[in-house]
Amino acid sequence: MREWSASETRSAVARGSVSAAEVTRSSLERIAASQPALNAFTEVFEDRAMARAEAIDARLASGEPIEAIGPLAGVPVAVKDNLCTAFGRTTCASRMLEAYRSPFSATAVERLEAAGAVIVGKTNLDEFAMGSSGEHSAFGPTRNPWDTSRVPGGSSSGSAAAVAAGLVPVALGSDTGGSIRQPAALTGTVGLKPTYGTVSRWGLVAFGSSLDQIGPIARTVEDAALVFDAVSGRDARDSTCLDRDPARTRAVLGLPLDGLRVAVPSQARDDAIDGGVRLVFGLTLRAFEDLGAELVDIELPSAEEMLAAYYTVAPAEASSNLARYDGVRYGRRADLPEGAPLSDLYTRSRSEGFGSEVKRRILLGTHVLRAGYADRYYLRALKMRRLIRSDYDAVFSVMGCDAVLTPTTAGPAFALGSKLGAGVDPMAMYHEDLFTVGANLAGLPAVSLPAGFVPVDGLSLPVGVQLTGPALGEAVLMRVARAFEGVSGAAGRVAPEAAPAV
Amino acid sequence: MVSTEDNSAPGAAGGAPSGDVTAETVRRLAALARLTIDDDAIEGYRRDLSSVLRHAACLAEADLEGVEPMARACAEVNRLADDEPGPTLDAETVARLAPAWEEGFIPVPKVLGDTPTDSGEGGS
Repeated sequence: MREWSASETRSAVARGSVSAAEVTRSSLERIAASQPALNAFTEVFEDRAMARAEAIDARLASGEPIEAIGPLAGVPVAVKDNLCTAFGRTTCASRMLEAYRSPFSATAVERLEAAGAVIVGKTNLDEFAMGSSGEHSAFGPTRNPWDTSRVPGGSSSGSAAAVAAGLVPVALGSDTGGSIRQPAALTGTVGLKPTYGTVSRWGLVAFGSSLDQIGPIARTVEDAALVFDAVSGRDARDSTCLDRDPARTRAVLGLPLDGLRVAVPSQARDDAIDGGVRLVFGLTLRAFEDLGAELVDIELPSAEEMLAAYYTVAPAEASSNLARYDGVRYGRRADLPEGAPLSDLYTRSRSEGFGSEVKRRILLGTHVLRAGYADRYYLRALKMRRLIRSDYDAVFSVMGCDAVLTPTTAGPAFALGSKLGAGVDPMAMYHEDLFTVGANLAGLPAVSLPAGFVPVDGLSLPVGVQLTGPALGEAVLMRVARAFEGVSGAAGRVAPEAAPAV
Repeated sequence: MVSTEDNSAPGAAGGAPSGDVTAETVRRLAALARLTIDDDAIEGYRRDLSSVLRHAACLAEADLEGVEPMARACAEVNRLADDEPGPTLDAETVARLAPAWEEGFIPVPKVLGDTPTDSGEGGS
């Protein structure tokens, strides 16, 4: 069961060769066994998950068809712990919210359950989704199942590790600047950041509201499409959610691709990219040619300009969004001496509740929005954002390309602690997002796919490539992804069972 | 309002694009953002912010003349909700979430007479 995809799991439950309860128990056992080595979960819902699985079995036993239960009937799913659940805690891996119990579930969570999924637990992340390694968690770092001395990427670190290790077939993450795709690349999984507005953000704890988007992490393109289809579609509770029907990407995955044109920006061939990644990317280009694709060289704003725009806009939005944590209505409240003023309550609660990366981004965001500085930083970043979007638009509409192909990251998974700590420039970590921030700034869909493995220190580490498509182009994007998956030879692998960390 | 001793001010002597900030700037940003930063951590934040802002200086060099700023990720306008009453959080739920609760209210320290830690701009 460890290697079963979501579709295979559902089929097995439908056939009756296994019960939803057996599938769920098996997933819960693997999670418990992995936790000391991987720390992928912040909370596991054993009793609730078993009860829900048994309820699905009872419905099947009473003769109800599996179609009535849903496209994810009996499939164990993990959810990133910045998505609100009306059960358990919603911590954002922060001391600020470590005891927070949401009164409601996110729309995406409700839709998973309405589709028959069994939510087994909440996954670890960089605090408030700010980070690219999973190390900025108040509950300790998540480890990469391919090599537990390395990071799984972030911020959806636990969701990616859980899927890569075969603890669950699929999980939800969120992506503000690469937080689904970068960990997917570093763990050999498929990660889709959908078009902005296709999945409701209601119940997703806000980080960068114009950038945030919920999406799936899976081991196959089909499973990612299945979950995306299930959670997408209009939602009156999120005013930025597009007024559209749920996506139907899975049903059309197998349609033929004729006249495929794949754009390759010059930065995808940059010398600064790790040699192993360059090698895998070269093979990927050849695979696309073998699929009949025409490769088109293009120019986009430089990766450095995209990164500069992102690390201005995202902290600006974060500093505004995180102003709500003031110790008054919910979340952490500092103990104050008698007679201390209200301003101390704000300052002490925030200073105790937030970790150092969150504080860094709040300070940065405060700076770029300050009177006298906003024109120089924030406004220019928004103008760069417009250029990025128009350049992508030209690639898709004027040049007629179907997707932009790059590596997802410039290197494979790195060692815990190597891009973190006193004296280490934060730009070292922020460079992890070189290839991923463009899709968020432009609001476009992008998917990271396992493309190969590179030998590092006697172990095999996954490498990912990224396809970015035009707005609302998920159906074609996932077809291209499925076609590449069929020839890459790197897809669908489960990481070896992790030995307990020493 | 920009303090005159803040050398990261636009147009300050020594060329603005460097982006370097001072320890005093970090303290002021912390006050605006309602954070306290320990004295021994100020230098680290100063260095980190300076590094990111130096990187952001490439935006100053880009040709952005006449480009319309883009604040949102999609062209479609926000959808308006129907103007009808819907469910809201009840008092019991609010009480459960609140870190303190007294007789139907969330108590906070005395507000009157509280001296702000900055000139009044920003804050939470």
